[in-house]
Amino acid sequence: MGKIAVSCEEPALDSRIESRFGRAAGFLIVDPETLEFSYIDNGSSQAMSQGAGIQAAENIFRSGAKIVLTGYVGPKAFQSLSAAGIQIGQNIENMTVRQAIEKFKAGEVDMAESPNRMGHGA
Amino acid sequence: MKVAVASGKGGTGKTTVSASLVSVWQSPVIAMDLDVEEPNLHLFINPSITGERTANMEIPVADESRCNQCGKCAELCQFKAISLMGKIILTYPEMCHGCGGCLAICQEGALSPGYRELGEILWGGTDYGEFLMGRLRVGEAMSPPLMRAVKIRLAEMTSSAGTDVIIDAPPGVSCPAVNAVMDSDVILLVSEPTPFGLYDMKLAHQAFSLLNKPMAAIINRAGLGTSEMADYCISSGLEILAEIPYDRRIAEAYAAGHIIADVDSDFRKLFMVLADKIKAIAGAAESREVWNG
Amino acid sequence: MDAPDLHLILKPENIRAEAFFAGHEAVIIEEKCENCGICAQMCRYGAVSETLQCPVIDHLKCEGCKVCAVFCPSGAIDFRVKQCGNWYQSDTRFGPMIHAQLFAAEENSGRLVALLREKAKKKARQEKLDLILSDGPPGIGCPVISSLSGASLAVLVTEPTPSGRHDLERVAGLCAHFRIPAGVIINKNDLNRMQSDSIEKFCAQQGLTLLGRLPHDPVITHAMINGQAVTEYQKGAFAEQVADIWNVIRALSGYDSRQTGSGYGN
Repeated sequence: MGKIAVSCEEPALDSRIESRFGRAAGFLIVDPETLEFSYIDNGSSQAMSQGAGIQAAENIFRSGAKIVLTGYVGPKAFQSLSAAGIQIGQNIENMTVRQAIEKFKAGEVDMAESPNRMGHGA
Repeated sequence: MKVAVASGKGGTGKTTVSASLVSVWQSPVIAMDLDVEEPNLHLFINPSITGERTANMEIPVADESRCNQCGKCAELCQFKAISLMGKIILTYPEMCHGCGGCLAICQEGALSPGYRELGEILWGGTDYGEFLMGRLRVGEAMSPPLMRAVKIRLAEMTSSAGTDVIIDAPPGVSCPAVNAVMDSDVILLVSEPTPFGLYDMKLAHQAFSLLNKPMAAIINRAGLGTSEMADYCISSGLEILAEIPYDRRIAEAYAAGHIIADVDSDFRKLFMVLADKIKAIAGAAESREVWNG
Repeated sequence: MDAPDLHLILKPENIRAEAFFAGHEAVIIEEKCENCGICAQMCRYGAVSETLQCPVIDHLKCEGCKVCAVFCPSGAIDFRVKQCGNWYQSDTRFGPMIHAQLFAAEENSGRLVALLREKAKKKARQEKLDLILSDGPPGIGCPVISSLSGASLAVLVTEPTPSGRHDLERVAGLCAHFRIPAGVIINKNDLNRMQSDSIEKFCAQQGLTLLGRLPHDPVITHAMINGQAVTEYQKGAFAEQVADIWNVIRALSGYDSRQTGSGYGN
């Protein structure tokens, strides 16, 4: 199984998951078998007036992760991730990164057919 | 001359004033509605529309087969309208500001010009002169590109130097409002003498001062609030050109889609005097320019 | 955020201000400029004017697109971050407030709206508050779209005039486009009965809930001049009608059913 990117507040497995994809502070890139992880800072997206989701999707693409677990993905970020063949698990909130990974492994995560949020900025 | 009717705050009476001014202007005039998000001027001056066209923004269309993945287009784009992930080029037409940078920088011919619809431009005539407006497509986020396209149409219309333009500007002080007033010769700030009206007028006054144009105030619903508005105008050197009284008849006329200057002869006179004062200010500014020129 | 007014009634205190930076602007470095004119040719916004010495960039027209800086053969254009305004956290007699003020002529950005919303949510979570009420911008453009995103309910305030009706149709269309449930308040209802009834029919046709009607009454202006909400100023008929409308909003937005006291989003 490839690596999983999880939107998070801090660079730790027990960090709370960040519910917004585009404006997340960063992503934890986790190997679901070993739970080894690295962190990518998403500040470049947060700094953008518009298009944060698109930037975040590019950041995920560069990390090599093939799956994203997050809360809400806007339509443009969704389009980017889908075009890159990255699977999206949505509606995850109020839990830690670790818990989200477990949930995914147990097959309990909503894998997205379409974005669950309208876009924020233009 | 170009006269922009603006305000910091919405709902103060810009369109009311614009419509009435157009109706009493007498000399050749084009009534131009640049509040492209919510154009209302046509509801009062009832133009016959004789022409229209769609305004488009030029956006990039990508051909992945010609792309060498150099990434220069995505790197240049400040608006995330074009994104490169591996071999995949994604364009986001609604994000594009039409700067042409990506199209210019691509050496491989992988990008060609396409279009995004901004809205419509409509023109025609009224009982008082010509008419021009823009109407933003619902879902289109940006006003200024459509406003620029409307101004291009205006340039096609002002064939004789003698035609004045009265511009109904959008409310606020951000880029749509500035775009509407930036080419005018006189900026009129319409406000009401309440705390909200005063606060927003101050913002507008400060904002538009950067443009170095003669500005003057029109107080609508005068008599409703306190004297703070008048005090501010005096202390900041903003001449009050007219005070339109708080009168229920005006509100009702407006609600019925009527022009205030038509309500009675007193109101008509009020606007005729206002029109003369505006022409005098613009004339004085022009002479100063010639003198300084 | 370019013409914010709510603070004039809410009278925030303990205002903590922070600078807001967004976008960029181009500035010519005169010593490096060869006056080749390429920047003026390429700028699509008319922001670059040529002079005898070197071009001048009008920062009000500059779109921050970077084209001039990228194509300048002499590296004579500095592309720098811009401060476009400030945002504030403060306290009011009704609860915490998050607000902002953009500098003149700045582009309203989705990011500033997102920032304010994020700070509001964070504050709501901290203080265990279940409701965020947003005073939104007028129109149908970018800042309105940003403000609507994720809302449980959009409250559209209109008036029975040709402008009110016309603009209501456009913003209602926007809510429908983005699938945000919307309700309508007809303000200054008694100005024109016919228009008011026509708006009511429009609401019924479009599936918009008519939340209520408010009369054209100077009491609201007097309250404003007094720096108070109308419901504080005078407990009369107008204030009661506002309270009734609020009850409808509570029910419709799901606020009543969500009130668990455990904070927003929980």
